[in-house]
Amino acid sequence: MTPLLSARDVTKRYGAHIGCAAVSFDLYPGEVLGIVGESGSGKSTLLNCLAGHLAPDGGEVVFDTRAEGPRDTLQMSEPERRMLGRTDWAFVHQHARDGLRMGVSAGGNVGERLMAVGARHYGDIRGKATDWLERVEIDATRVDDRPTTFSGGMQQRLQIARNLVTGPRLVFMDEPTGGLDVSVQARLLDLLRGLVRDMGLSAIIVTHDLAVVRLLADRLMVMKDGHVVETGLTDQVLDDPQHAYSQLLVSSVLQV
Amino acid sequence: MNEDAYNFAYLDEQTKRMIRRAILKGLAIPGYQVPFASREMPMPYGWGTGGVQVSAAVLTPEDRFKVIDQGADDTTNAVSIRSFFERTAKVETTTVTSEATVIQTRHRIPEEPLSEGQILVYQVPIPEPLRFLEPRESETRKMHELEEYGLMHVKLYEDISRHGHIATSYAYPVKVEDRYVMDPSPIPKFDNPKLGDSEAIQLFGAGREQRIYALPPHTEVVSLDFDDHPFEASKADHPCTLCGAENTYLDEVITDDAGGRMFVCSDTDYCEGRQAAGFTGAMTQMRSFSLAGEDSA
Repeated sequence: MTPLLSARDVTKRYGAHIGCAAVSFDLYPGEVLGIVGESGSGKSTLLNCLAGHLAPDGGEVVFDTRAEGPRDTLQMSEPERRMLGRTDWAFVHQHARDGLRMGVSAGGNVGERLMAVGARHYGDIRGKATDWLERVEIDATRVDDRPTTFSGGMQQRLQIARNLVTGPRLVFMDEPTGGLDVSVQARLLDLLRGLVRDMGLSAIIVTHDLAVVRLLADRLMVMKDGHVVETGLTDQVLDDPQHAYSQLLVSSVLQV
Repeated sequence: MNEDAYNFAYLDEQTKRMIRRAILKGLAIPGYQVPFASREMPMPYGWGTGGVQVSAAVLTPEDRFKVIDQGADDTTNAVSIRSFFERTAKVETTTVTSEATVIQTRHRIPEEPLSEGQILVYQVPIPEPLRFLEPRESETRKMHELEEYGLMHVKLYEDISRHGHIATSYAYPVKVEDRYVMDPSPIPKFDNPKLGDSEAIQLFGAGREQRIYALPPHTEVVSLDFDDHPFEASKADHPCTLCGAENTYLDEVITDDAGGRMFVCSDTDYCEGRQAAGFTGAMTQMRSFSLAGEDSA
């Protein structure tokens, strides 16, 4: 089976500082990979390098494209990479405001990706937008409201709808539940789990919340100071951490 | 100071050369916004500094110059720019569209079809059609570069979802030669169909934003729309009160404080030409009746 995404020695430096160093992994179709670690451990840097938002200093990121099979996205031309970013990839930001257009209605937000890939029929676009709002549990009557009138959890769900409307195969998520209260987090995680299962999505989830990866991720990578210190199945890493830092991380979680 | 102290058409030759280079590049890449080193002009930004610089660069002593402001030849902007070039270039001026070789315009395209050899110069306040959707210049340039114009349709989508139809009525975005999305300057969308396949050269100058773009003759210009909400060149649903024209863009003029109003051609030259040729509208007919009544009394 060909991996959907495979990273080889992805390295990013900020001057003398290491962003992330020689990270390699394979992600198979339908698989959810969690990346955990403390603040400043290079999780977000790695995610941005993988998603093409940052240019890594070394390594390759090979994506199994629909048309041409595995290709190194770092060698692609910018139009190709951006096209991938609007079709097969999705990126869910930690802050919904970064991923949404706050001055545009919910329907417009969801429809933007459709229009960006050439949809030119208003009725169809609106129909799809309404359908997706319902799938993320936003009332269809809110289709013409701006995201500014939405709660934090609704904004985050809207961001997810906006990203998934073009049927991507790979979703990058940067702290998707950050800044939400626990009950809203729980609903969002439930929704995400359902969508990932239904659509057969692959996902890479960056988070510092171990509960999130426990629920969503099949496999886990633990990062510290830009290096991957431990990888394995989620339950295996969380229940029997081998590396000293993983042990610290797992034991730092407060038990209620 | 002696008026001859100024170079022909106010700008010095090096500046005109620089502007002509930008114009030529613009003509070579229809719809592409060419940056140019816009000069301070003796008028405020927003009064047509871009258009004036383009006009100055294309004018020759043999040209006949016309200035339109919202379709009219006799409003402040038109009068002052016309007299500016009368003084600094000593070119002939005219108000008749067909006699002019260079026409500088603000907010309108003349009703009379333009012909080969004419140049239409537009004054442009904001050349970037994506500006109010994406504030970053670096990003809009990239979007033009990569032909990522989905956002333009988001604006039209928003129009329909809010108003039930595409409510953008001026500065309606167009796609040029299936490549660049262009802001046609704040002309009413009624004028959009005249942009395409014109026989004249169309030049757009934005002074404050330092951009020039152009449409060479016979360029394909398509107004953006949706399949189920096609583009419509709308106008007020009346004939002109003065000349009776049914197919011109009309200004609404409030005539009293009791709801009285009239619709007249916004293109004054076209309207006067029709009246001189004997066409009458509701008001001109009324006047001839009342005059006849006075005679018989």
